[in-house]
Amino acid sequence: MSQASDGSRSLHLSQVTKEFAAFTAVKSIDLEVPHGSFFALLGPSGCGKTTTLRMVAGLETPTSGSIRIGDTDITYAKPYQRPVNTVFQSYALFPHLDIYENVAFGLRRRRSPEVDRQVKEMLELVELTSQARKKPPQLSGGQQQRVALARALINRPDVLLLDEPLGALDLKLRRAMQLELKRIQTEVGLTFIHVTHDQEEAMTMADTIAVMNAGEIEQMGAPNDLYENPKTTFVANFLGQSNLIAGKVLGPDGDFVKVDMHGVTVSIPVSRAHAAGADGWIGIRPEKVLIAAVGEEIDAPGNHLDGGIVTDVSFVGVSTQYLVRMPWGQELQVFEQNTGRRRLFAKGETVDLSWRPEYAFLLDASQDVTAGIEDD
Amino acid sequence: MSPIARTWRWIREHVVLALGLLVLTYMFVPIAVVVLMSFNDPGKSKNVYTFRHFTLHNWMHPCAPAGMCHSVGLSLGIGLLATIIATIIGTMAAFGMVRHEFAGRSLANTVIFLPMASPEIVMGSSLLALFVSTQVALGFVTILIAHVMFCLSFVVVTVKARLTGLDDNLEQAAMDLYANETETFWRVTFPLVLPGILGAALLSFSLSFDDYIITNLNAGQSTTFPMFVWGAAQRGVPMQVNVIGTVMFLIAITLVLGNELNNRRQARALATR
Amino acid sequence: MARPGRNRYTGYLLLAPGALWLAAFFVIPFYSLVSASLFDPNGSVLTGYKMTFHVANFATVIRVYHSELFRSLWYAGLATLICLVIGYVLAYAIAFKGGRWRNLLLVLVIAPFFTSFLLRTLSWKLILSDHGFVVSTLQNLHLIGSNQHLLNTWFAVVAGIVYNFLPFMVLPLYASLEKIDGRLVEAANDLYASPFTAFFKVTWPLSLPGVVAGTLLTFIPSAGDYINQTLLGSPGGRMVGNVIQSLFTTTQDYAGAGALSVILMVVIIGLVLVYIRKAGTEELI
Repeated sequence: MSQASDGSRSLHLSQVTKEFAAFTAVKSIDLEVPHGSFFALLGPSGCGKTTTLRMVAGLETPTSGSIRIGDTDITYAKPYQRPVNTVFQSYALFPHLDIYENVAFGLRRRRSPEVDRQVKEMLELVELTSQARKKPPQLSGGQQQRVALARALINRPDVLLLDEPLGALDLKLRRAMQLELKRIQTEVGLTFIHVTHDQEEAMTMADTIAVMNAGEIEQMGAPNDLYENPKTTFVANFLGQSNLIAGKVLGPDGDFVKVDMHGVTVSIPVSRAHAAGADGWIGIRPEKVLIAAVGEEIDAPGNHLDGGIVTDVSFVGVSTQYLVRMPWGQELQVFEQNTGRRRLFAKGETVDLSWRPEYAFLLDASQDVTAGIEDD
Repeated sequence: MSPIARTWRWIREHVVLALGLLVLTYMFVPIAVVVLMSFNDPGKSKNVYTFRHFTLHNWMHPCAPAGMCHSVGLSLGIGLLATIIATIIGTMAAFGMVRHEFAGRSLANTVIFLPMASPEIVMGSSLLALFVSTQVALGFVTILIAHVMFCLSFVVVTVKARLTGLDDNLEQAAMDLYANETETFWRVTFPLVLPGILGAALLSFSLSFDDYIITNLNAGQSTTFPMFVWGAAQRGVPMQVNVIGTVMFLIAITLVLGNELNNRRQARALATR
Repeated sequence: MARPGRNRYTGYLLLAPGALWLAAFFVIPFYSLVSASLFDPNGSVLTGYKMTFHVANFATVIRVYHSELFRSLWYAGLATLICLVIGYVLAYAIAFKGGRWRNLLLVLVIAPFFTSFLLRTLSWKLILSDHGFVVSTLQNLHLIGSNQHLLNTWFAVVAGIVYNFLPFMVLPLYASLEKIDGRLVEAANDLYASPFTAFFKVTWPLSLPGVVAGTLLTFIPSAGDYINQTLLGSPGGRMVGNVIQSLFTTTQDYAGAGALSVILMVVIIGLVLVYIRKAGTEELI
C-alpha cells in the first residue's frame, strides 16, 4: 500500500461515461474525492450512482473517460488489481466460509503476513470476536453488515466503497450503524464513498455529497451548503422539502436580486440566485417560513406576504406543519417549532407569512418544478 | 365456517398426512422384502417366493453364486467411470451454458433435454444400431459410452440449476478482495456449486448401476449386475442378490441421511445462537 | 460486468465434450435408427443390411404389432394417472403437512431408487405371487376368486410400473407445491364455500407445472418399459418395449425394430405436444 502523502491518494474521475446497450447510465461526470473524506453519492434509483461505484470498483468498465487514484490510472485495472474494496448492498458474504475466513479472505489472497493478528484486531473493532467461527447465515442482519465492513476494511484500501450498506436494516439499527460507520471512518482515516438514496443518511454521515440525477452530478458540496443553497429544483426537492414559487426577476439591487412574486417584491441574495432568464423559481424551505396572525409583528425584514389561509394542520410533536393557501392559489408548507410560546393556528384562519431574504434562493424557471420529489 | 367445513378441515389436517405416509410405506414394502430375503434359506427348493428359514449364509458367502460378484464388480467399475466422465463433461457444459454466450443455445438445450424424454429402449436400440453399423465390438467400452450418454443430461440439468441460483455478487466480492479469476473460481464458485455436482454424481452412479434396458442391448458378452439378476430371474434368483441390494440401499441411505442430519444439526445451531 | 478471461470461444470449448458426446452417441444413433428403419427387411446379420428406403417397413410393423403399441400406451397412461393421484397425495402431504420433516420425507421418496430397479420389481413378483399374503387376503375377502391370480395379469404390470416410476411423479409435484404460499391456500379456504372449490381454484392450477413435468417423466419411460411386463405380466400381454427388444436381440430384424422404435418415439412426441398444448404450459420445454 502506498504511504505517500494524502493528496496523492485522492480519487479522480474525469469525463467518465458509461453506456449500456439501451441507455447511458453515467454521462461524462467529473469528481474529485480527497483522501480521508467521507463522500456520499446521493440520488434516486436509476440515477447512475451504483454504476459509478461499480466503475470505481472495477466491476464495470467505463465507455470513455478515466479513473485515477493519485497518479495511478485504474480505469481498466481488474477489480483485484486496485486498492479499492467494496461493501456490497447484499453483503455478499461467502456462505461456505466462517466469519474469520471471510474477513481474512483479502489478506490471504495478497499473501499478507500476520493474518491472524490483523483479523483478530479487525473483529474486535467491529465487536464480532465471539462470532468468529460462525457461518454468515447464522448471524443477524446487523452483524452480517459489520462482517462485510470488516472484510473490506482489513485490507486498508485507498478507497472503501459502500453500496447502500444499510438498506436492509431496520430504522433503529440503521441509525446506530450510521454513527458506527462514521466513527470507524474517523478512526481509520480512509476514503469512504457511500452510495445511497436516503438523503438523511447522506447528510448525517458525509463530509461531501454529490447529488446525482439521470447520470449527471447535479450539485456537489458540504451537506449544509447543498441544503441551504440548492442550485437546481432537483436538489431543492430531493434534499428535504422546498416551497418553489414562480416569480419574475426585476433586477439587481446591491447584494440582492429583486423578484416579483405574484405582486409582492421579494429580495434574494445574489450568491443564492441561480436563474439565468427573466423568470425564476423562488425557493424557501418550510422551516424558514414564519407564520403569524394577521397584523402580528414578525421578526423578518422584507418578504412579507398577507392573505394566507390555513388549509391543513398536522401536529408532529417537535413541530407543527401547516399548509397555507396563498392568494394566487398555491399552497405553501410551513413548519413551526413547538417552542410552546405560541398558540397553534386552526384550519381556516387567515395568517401572514414571512421569511428572511437571506434564506431564500432563486432557481432557473426552465427546470421542472417537481423534479426530485419522491413518489412515496 | 359451517360445521361441515370445520369437520372436513379436521379430517384433511390428519388424513392427508396419514395417506401420504401410507404411500411412503407402500414405496418401502419391496425394499423390506429384499432385506428379508437376504436372510432367507430356500434350501433345496426352487421356490424362491417364500421365506423358509432364517440364515446368515447369504451374508457370509455373498459371492457363492457363480459370476455374481464379477457382475457387481463390472457394474461398480462402469458406474464409477461413467459417473466421473459424465460429471466432469456435464459440469463443464453446464458452466458453458450458464456463463457464456454462444450461438445455438436453444439447440443445445433441446439436445440436452431429449435423452431425458426418450424411452430407454429407443436410446439403447439406436445406439446398438450405430455400433452394429460401424462394427464396434460390444462390451465394456460400449456400455460405458451408453451410460455416460444417458447420465450427461441429468448432470447438466442438476449443475445448471445450482449455478443459476448462485449469487453473482459473491464472485464479484471475491475479485474485489484481490482474488484473480482462477482463485475466484476455486475458492468461491466451485465450493458453492460443489453440492450440486456431488448430487449429480450420486444420481449418475445410481442411474448407471441400475440400468438394464440400454446396457442389455449394448453389452455384448459382458454381464452387469442388473443383467445377472435378469438372467437369474429366469432360472431362480440366488438369495445373495438381495444381500447386494440391501448393502447398496444401506450405503445410499447412510450417505443421504447423514447429510440430512448434518444439515439439521447446523439448523439447530442456528436456532440456538 | 466485464467477465475477465471469458473470451468468445470459452463457451464453445466448455460445451464441446458434452455436445460431441451427445451428438455422437445420441443424435447420430437416432439418425442411424431412422435409416435402419428403411433398410431392406430381408437383410440379416449374415447377409448384411441394404438401404432401400423401404417405407413399407412402417406399415408392416404397425399391422403386426399395433396391439402391443396400443397396450403400451394404455398401460402407461393408466399407470401415469394412478401415479398422479397417489403421487399428488404424497407430495401434498410432504409440502403442506411435512413441517420440519419435509426434507427427511423427501429423502425417503428418493431412497427406493438406490435399491436395484430389477430387485424391487422381483420383490413385487414375490409379494403378488399366488402364495403371497396379498392374494390370500384378497381371496379371503372374496374380492377375487379362489383360483384367480394377480401375477401374470395386466394388473400386476400396471402396479409394477406405478411403483417404479412413482418418484418421478412425486419430485416435480413437490417442487411446484412447495412454492405455493400456505396462506394463499388458507385464504382460498375462507373465500370459497367448499374446500373442493378452493383446491381446484387455487392449489391445483398453481401446481400445474409440476403435474405436467411429473406426468411426462412418468409416461415416457413407462411407454417404453418392458421389465415390468416381462417379470410381472403374461407372455400374451407383451408391450412394445418387449417387441423392440426381441426384434433387436433375438430376431435381429433391425429394419423392423428400427421402424417400431421410430413409431414409438413419434407417437410419444405427438402425444406430449398435444398434452402440453392442452395443459397450456409450453414454456416447460
